[in-house]
Amino acid sequence: MALSYVRVVQRPIYISWNCGILGVQCCNQYSTAAHTLRVTQQIKEKRKNALLGGGLSRIDAQHKKGKLTARERVHLLCDPGTFVEYDMMVEHTCSDFGMEKLKYPGDSVVTGHGLINGRIAYMFSQDFTVFGGSLSSIHAKKICKIMDQAVLVGAPVIGLNDSGGARIQEGVESLAGYADIFLRNVLSSGVIPQISLIMGPCAGGAVYSPAMTDFTFMVEDTSYLFITGPDVVKSVTNENVTQEELGGAKTHTTISGVAHKAFNNDVDALLQLRNFLGFLPLSNKDPAPIRLCDDPWNRNVPTLDTIIPPETTSPYDMLDVVINVVDERDFFEIMPNYAKNIIIGFGRMNGRTVGIVGNQPKSAAGCLDINSSVKGARFVRFCDAFNIPIITFVDVPGFLPGTGQEHGGIIRHGAKLLYAFAEATVPKITVITRKGYGGAYDVMSSKHLRGDINYAWPTAEVAVMGAKGATSILFKGKPDVSKYEAEYVEKFGNPFPAAVRGVYLCTFPH
Amino acid sequence: MGCCSQESAGISFIGPSAGAINGMGDKLESKRLAQAAGVNTIPGFDGIINDADHCVQIAKEIGYPVMIKASAGGGGKGMRIARNDDDARDGFRMASQEAASSFGDDRILVEKFIDRPRHIEIQVLGDKHGNAIYLNERECSIQRRNQKVIEEAPSVFLNEETRKAMGEQAVSLCKRLGYYSAGTVEFLVDSERNFYFLEMNTRLQVEHPVTECITGVDLVHQMIRIAKGHPLLLTQKDIPIKGWAIESRVYSEDPYKNFGLPSIGRLYRYIEPLHIPNVRCDSGIDEGSEISIYYDPMICKLVCYGNVRSEAINASVKALDSYVIRGVTHNIPLLRDILTEKNFIDGNISTNYLSEVYPDGFKGRQLTNTDKEHILAIAACVFSKMDIRSYTFINERPSTAKRKEPADWTLMISLFDEELQCDVKKAGSEFRVQINNDSFSVQDNINLASPVIETNINGKPVVMQLVSKDASGKLQIVYQGTMFTLFVLRDEASTFLKMMPPKPKVDVSKVILSPMPGVVRSVSCKVGDSIAEGQEVCVVEAMKMQNSLLAGVTGKVKAVHVNAGDTVGEDDVLIEFE
Repeated sequence: MALSYVRVVQRPIYISWNCGILGVQCCNQYSTAAHTLRVTQQIKEKRKNALLGGGLSRIDAQHKKGKLTARERVHLLCDPGTFVEYDMMVEHTCSDFGMEKLKYPGDSVVTGHGLINGRIAYMFSQDFTVFGGSLSSIHAKKICKIMDQAVLVGAPVIGLNDSGGARIQEGVESLAGYADIFLRNVLSSGVIPQISLIMGPCAGGAVYSPAMTDFTFMVEDTSYLFITGPDVVKSVTNENVTQEELGGAKTHTTISGVAHKAFNNDVDALLQLRNFLGFLPLSNKDPAPIRLCDDPWNRNVPTLDTIIPPETTSPYDMLDVVINVVDERDFFEIMPNYAKNIIIGFGRMNGRTVGIVGNQPKSAAGCLDINSSVKGARFVRFCDAFNIPIITFVDVPGFLPGTGQEHGGIIRHGAKLLYAFAEATVPKITVITRKGYGGAYDVMSSKHLRGDINYAWPTAEVAVMGAKGATSILFKGKPDVSKYEAEYVEKFGNPFPAAVRGVYLCTFPH
Repeated sequence: MGCCSQESAGISFIGPSAGAINGMGDKLESKRLAQAAGVNTIPGFDGIINDADHCVQIAKEIGYPVMIKASAGGGGKGMRIARNDDDARDGFRMASQEAASSFGDDRILVEKFIDRPRHIEIQVLGDKHGNAIYLNERECSIQRRNQKVIEEAPSVFLNEETRKAMGEQAVSLCKRLGYYSAGTVEFLVDSERNFYFLEMNTRLQVEHPVTECITGVDLVHQMIRIAKGHPLLLTQKDIPIKGWAIESRVYSEDPYKNFGLPSIGRLYRYIEPLHIPNVRCDSGIDEGSEISIYYDPMICKLVCYGNVRSEAINASVKALDSYVIRGVTHNIPLLRDILTEKNFIDGNISTNYLSEVYPDGFKGRQLTNTDKEHILAIAACVFSKMDIRSYTFINERPSTAKRKEPADWTLMISLFDEELQCDVKKAGSEFRVQINNDSFSVQDNINLASPVIETNINGKPVVMQLVSKDASGKLQIVYQGTMFTLFVLRDEASTFLKMMPPKPKVDVSKVILSPMPGVVRSVSCKVGDSIAEGQEVCVVEAMKMQNSLLAGVTGKVKAVHVNAGDTVGEDDVLIEFE
C-alpha cells in the first residue's frame, strides 16, 4: 500500500543531514552528478519505507482490527495536503537485543503540523505497526519537539495514541522519554489546548500523558486505557476482568470519568475531533473563536417558557434549555455519560464559543456530588484558561448527603468547583432556572463569586434549603408545621427575596 | 351533559339539547330514531350483544363481514371489523374492553359491514324554532383505524340528486328530533351511491372548517346565535358550494407504524405555513408545547382552499412542504403522499383507501431518480456550506489562521443502502453539483440555521427541510413530506469508513418492544409460558387506543419486564423470549 497521498514538504535541514553522512563516505570515489542522483534515490527509498511504517502485513493486521494506520489518521485529521511531517527519517538508537538490525525510518510515531479547518495544530500519531507503537527515546523526542513548537507558536497539540507502552529494550531511556512528555504536558497546560484521542491500547505510565491533557477521547471497541492490564490484575488481585471492562471506552466514559467522550470508530472520532477544535482558541493568548453565524442572536425561544414543570419537584431535562439556547442546537457535550447530574460542554452564541455548565434535574435531582463537582471544576478551569465565557444554568437542590459522599471527601471535591468558579475571570453569566439551595447555590457561579450577570427565571427560588427541611428545623416540636411550610414557600419559593437584594440583573420575562 | 343545572344557573349551553345528545349518543337508540325519521339505515341486529358467542351467532345471521362497535362509542374507538368467527370473538372482547375504558359503557352492537364504502357526512344547522338546513357534505373516506385523516368538501362522488336526498334525510332527522345547533349526520355510501345512516354527531366536528370554506357560513357564529334563541337567517337556498376545501389532520404519530401510532415529545420548533395563500391552521399548540401520552395526539388541522379541487390539493402540498414540526414524529409524510397519490387525485377513494393503496404499510415517499439526485444535490450543498463555514473564524490571529476555504469537494453520499459520488464546485453564488452524468446548479441561498431550505435547482424552485446535521456527516432532510437520512463524507473519509467493522446489531426478533409510549393495559403471559407466533402477549394503551402486541416468534417467555399499569416509553423492552 503506497501512501502516495501523503505530501512531505522537503525541508532542507533534514535532507542536508542525510547528505552529510553519506557524503563523507562517497565524495572521493564518485562523480558528484552520479552521487547526487544516488542520494536522491536513497531519499526516495527511505521515504517510501517510512510511509510503509511496519510493512504491509502489519498494516493489514491493523486494518483487520478495525483501526486505521497512523498516517491514515493524520491524513483524515488535517485539511487535504496540509500536513507537514517532522523527523521522518530518524531511527531509534537502541543497540541491545538485536535492535540495531531492526530499524524503521521515523520509528514508531508520525509527528508534524497541519491545518484543521484552516487553523494550525501540532500532532503526533503513534504507529502501532512499528514495534507495536512502543515508546523509544527517539519516539519521545519527536513528540517533545512538536510540543515545544506548539507552545512557541501558540497552537494546540493533538495526540493520537496507539501504543503498546514503553520500548522495553531501551530501559530507562524509554521511561525518561515518558517523563519528558509529562513535563511538557504540565508546562503547556493552560497555555495551549492539549487533546488526546486514544485509538488503540494505552497502558502503564503512558496513560498519564492523556490524563494530563485537557480532553481525552476514546474510540469504542478498539481503545483501552489502564495502568495494568487484565493479566497483571489477575496475578495481583485474582480478579477476572476483560480489557474492555477494565479500561474500555464504556468504562472510562461512564464509570471512571477518565475519558471525556467516546466515538464509534476511527473515522467518526477524527471527524468529530476536527469539529471539536472549532470550539477552541489556539492558545491562551487568543480570544474564544467567533465563527460566522447564521442563527440570529435575538431569536425568540418560546420553548423556554414551557420546559420548567409547574411542580418544583418534577424533573426536566436541562439539555432542552441548553440546546435551544445555543446556536443551531449545536452542543458538544463533554462527559455526557459520567456524573450526569451536571451538564458541561461547548456551544456557540452568535458564533462565539461559550462553555455551558448546567445542573441536570433529570439525574439525581441535579444535586452536586463528588463526581459532578470534579467534572464541573475541571471544565470551568479550562474555560477560564482559554478565555471562553461561561454560562451556568442553575437548578440545584444542594450537595448530596450521606456517608458515601462525606467519607469520599465531598467537602474537598466540592471546594474544587467553588474555587474554579470563584477564580474564573472570563465573562460569567448565570441563569437560575429553578432551585438554588444552600451552599450549592453559592458554588454555582453565584453573583457573590464575581458572576458578571446573574438572571433569574420566574420559577427561581433561592433559599438555604427546601421548605420541608427548613420548617422542621425552625419549628421543631411545634404543632401545625405545615402552616409554617406554606409561609416559607410563600416567602422563599419565588425570585423576590434575591431580587429585592439586587442579586439579579433582572428576572425573565421583563 | 349537565345542561339542566346550567340552565337553572342562567348559563346557556352552546350546543344541542340534552335529549338530542343522549338520543344520538347511543347507537341503538339513534338507529331507531333515524328509521322513524325515514332515514336509510344499515341492516343489523337491533339489540345488545351479551357475550362473544352471541356476537358470533348474530354475525352469522347478518352475514360477514360485520362491524362490531361500542354502543356509546364515537371517533372510531371500540370498533372492530370481523370477517369470520374468530375475528368476531376477538373483536367483541377488544371492543368491549375499549368501550369500557373509554366510555365507561361496554354495551356492544353488531351490524352489516359495507365493503369499500365512502364516509360522507352532511353538516346540519337547526334552530330552536323548528328550522333546519343542511350545509352540503364532507367526504371523510381517508381513515386509519376508523379515524379520519383527510377530509374534503364537497365530495367528488356525489351528484346533485344524491346530495339533495342525503341532505333532506338529514334535515328530516333534525326536525324529528327537534334538533338545534350544529350537527353532523354521517352516512356510508356504497359504490351505487346507496347511502346508509351511520350516526349523528351532536357537536361541532373536527372537520367543520372545510364546510365553512365552501359555504362561507361561520358555524360557530351560527351556534352562538342559535344558543341565544335567534332563528336561522339562512335558508337552504343561501347555502352554496363555492370552491373546494381540504383538511389534513396533522397528528403527532408515526405513520410508518400501522399508518400512525402516537408519538410524544416537545415541539422545539413549530412553524405553521400561514405565509402560503388560502391556508388556515386550527391548532391548540405552540412552539414549546409538549405532546404527552395523556391527550389526543392531534397537532393541527391544516385547511387549504382553492377554486377547484386541484388548487386545494396544490395549496395543501405547498403548505405541508413548508410546515415545520420538530421534536415529535408526525404524519406529514403520509398526508403529503396521499395528496399526490393517483387514486386520491382521481377521487377514487373509500374507507379502505390506506390499506388498498399501501398494502404493506406506508413506506415513505417513493423517489424517482431525479428526486433522489435533487436530495443528494441539496445534501452536498449543505455539507459544502458547513465545510466553508468551519473555516470562517472572524477573530483569529492572521499568523496562525491560514484561511483557505475549500471550493471543491468530492463527496460520497449514502441514501438508504446506496452510495453515490457527488462532485461539488462553488462557483460564485451557486454550487455546481455533478451526480452520475447529471449536473445541477444549486443557488447558494441556503441558511444553515433555517429549518426550511428554499432554493433553486437548475432554475426551478425546490423546497426541502433541514432537520439535523452533525460533524459525523449525518444529515436529515425532508423532501416532499418524508424525512431522509443521508451520510455525507469526503471520498477519502468514506473509503476509510468502509474499512471499519460494522457494529453488531441487537437481535430484536426475540423481544417485544413497545411500539409507542403508553400505559400497559394487560399482560397475558408469564415467564415460562409457551407462546405461539401471533399470540397476544400484552396490550399497550396510549391516547385511548389499545394496541395488542403479538409474539413474533414461537417460543418460551424468558422474561416479562412490565406489569399492567406500568408506563412505558417507545422501544422499551416489554417481554423477552428464549
